[in-house]
Amino acid sequence: MSRSEALADGFPDLSGHRIARQAHWGRWLTAAIIVVILLAIGRAFARGQIEWSFVERFIAAPVILRGIVNTMVMAVAAMTLGIALGVVVAIMRLSPNPVLRTVAAGYTWLFRGTPLILQLLLWFNLALVFPTIGIPGLWSARAVDVMTPFLAALLGLGINQGAYTSEVMRAGLLSVDIGQYEAAQAIGMGRLQALRRIILPQAMRVVIPPLGNEFIGLVKATSLASVIQYPEVLHSAENIYYANSRVIELLIVAGLWYLLVVSILTPLQMLLERRFARGIARSR
Amino acid sequence: MKPLVAIRQVSKHFGEFQALKQVSLDVFEGEVVCLIGQSGSGKTTLLRCVNQLTSADSGGIWLDGELLGFREQDGRLHRLSEREIARQRLACGMVFQRFNLFPHMTALENIIEGPVQVQKRKPAEARDAAMALLRRVGLADKAGSYPSQLSGGQQQRVAIARALAMTPRLVLFDEPTSALDPELVGEVLGVMKQLATSGMTMLVVTHELGFAREVADRVVYMDQGVIVESGPAGEVLRAPREARTRAFLAAEVG
Ligand SMILES: Nc1ncnc2c1ncn2[C@@H]1O[C@H](COP(=O)(O)OP(=O)(O)OP(=O)(O)O)[C@@H](O)[C@H]1O
Ligand SMILES: [Mg+2]
Repeated sequence: MSRSEALADGFPDLSGHRIARQAHWGRWLTAAIIVVILLAIGRAFARGQIEWSFVERFIAAPVILRGIVNTMVMAVAAMTLGIALGVVVAIMRLSPNPVLRTVAAGYTWLFRGTPLILQLLLWFNLALVFPTIGIPGLWSARAVDVMTPFLAALLGLGINQGAYTSEVMRAGLLSVDIGQYEAAQAIGMGRLQALRRIILPQAMRVVIPPLGNEFIGLVKATSLASVIQYPEVLHSAENIYYANSRVIELLIVAGLWYLLVVSILTPLQMLLERRFARGIARSR
Repeated sequence: MKPLVAIRQVSKHFGEFQALKQVSLDVFEGEVVCLIGQSGSGKTTLLRCVNQLTSADSGGIWLDGELLGFREQDGRLHRLSEREIARQRLACGMVFQRFNLFPHMTALENIIEGPVQVQKRKPAEARDAAMALLRRVGLADKAGSYPSQLSGGQQQRVAIARALAMTPRLVLFDEPTSALDPELVGEVLGVMKQLATSGMTMLVVTHELGFAREVADRVVYMDQGVIVESGPAGEVLRAPREARTRAFLAAEVG
């Protein structure tokens, strides 16, 4: 089929032609350059002052495993607190009540406006401000006993996360068509019921990708809790290298664990996205 | 006979602009009233005042003798709580121009949402009632479909079923067919006609003059926030008294 037969009206007959593959020389070239660069980096590391046997020895050490479990426990707990706070604060931000709106805006301002590590240190050292804490007449305790590294890390990370999550949630709530809210009112729903049954489920679809992003950030931010003695994975790695001076090897161990956790989270996010795309994804 | 809905001297401003000017209107039980008029004449605003999606600046609306949105005490009006307003809304269903079905719920779930979550009816009962309604609007086979899987006409019929599921005293329609392709208008008007025949009280904003002529007991013509003319459908549509009504009808037909 090399020659195109002319059709009756003079145009060539292209109906039997296949589309030729394009050559994409540029792609091959860039891929080759990248491979060379990777090989060079790999060689540098292989020859560098790294005892890979130490990485192997410590990658599954009980202390490290306990550390990564603590990291995950803290990330999940702080994210749960963050989402709970974020939803409440986002709803307050959109409330007709100016007092609630102001309180919500102030919370976001305060906790987004100061460094996370500073907040962690403040929570952990709360005993310096309030030696005893409690509810007058009901219950009280010494702050040093209550404010364990776990609690301080949870409060610091969770409350900070809430400030960021509230903005994500607010964007999600605003993305839902106002007509949805009116339809909910028209069947007799109050504000909160409409939010819970109609608006939030639709907002979830929009907020899951940014929330996944936030969660990945939080997993890594838990490493800051090492400064207040919370035994997460970086803290464990540090403790080991204080003893054996294998600094880089143990940092690599911790780094590999973070990478693994984050890699597992991405497909989980996909599952959640599919769950909340109900009714919408089907047609598109 | 007392009207089911009594609208008295209702005014509404949006900033400087006055969308409703001292509007008064009665709708009696079992009556079908069609609101017609140019774009921007205040038809939607009036409808939204009746189910309190918008609150009037002044004047009052009574549904079955109960003042909507306020409580009168010692010569003053006190705004009702959100809960009270939600309760009052149960008496009137609303069908929107753009359907506003809940996209994350199937047709059936859309219909039982109000009965189960708001009226606290038993899910099994609500489901049976919803299926009966779906049969009535000709969509029994679409119970499990999501709104995105339905045509515009089907979505609007589900929306009508959703409004009816609350067993309202009256149903408000805001241009229920203007977002539809011409060939889908008929199926929705058909359902509305059947609803009118069954004796439902309906207040319908529409541009479908044919529907108004055939189904409406009364036609109300609005212009620039006032009711210019109102009367039996035949009279208003065939022999309007006001020049403005005549001009509008001429433009609509021509
Ligand atoms: N939320 C609002 N803010 C400001 N102006 C508004 C608002 N809602 C309505 N209006 C104005 O009030 C007037 C009446 O609007 P309304 O929606 O009631 O008209 P309508 O008769 O329903 O028109 P259409 O046939 O186009 O739907 C219009 O001029 C509109 O611009
Ligand atoms: Mg309108």
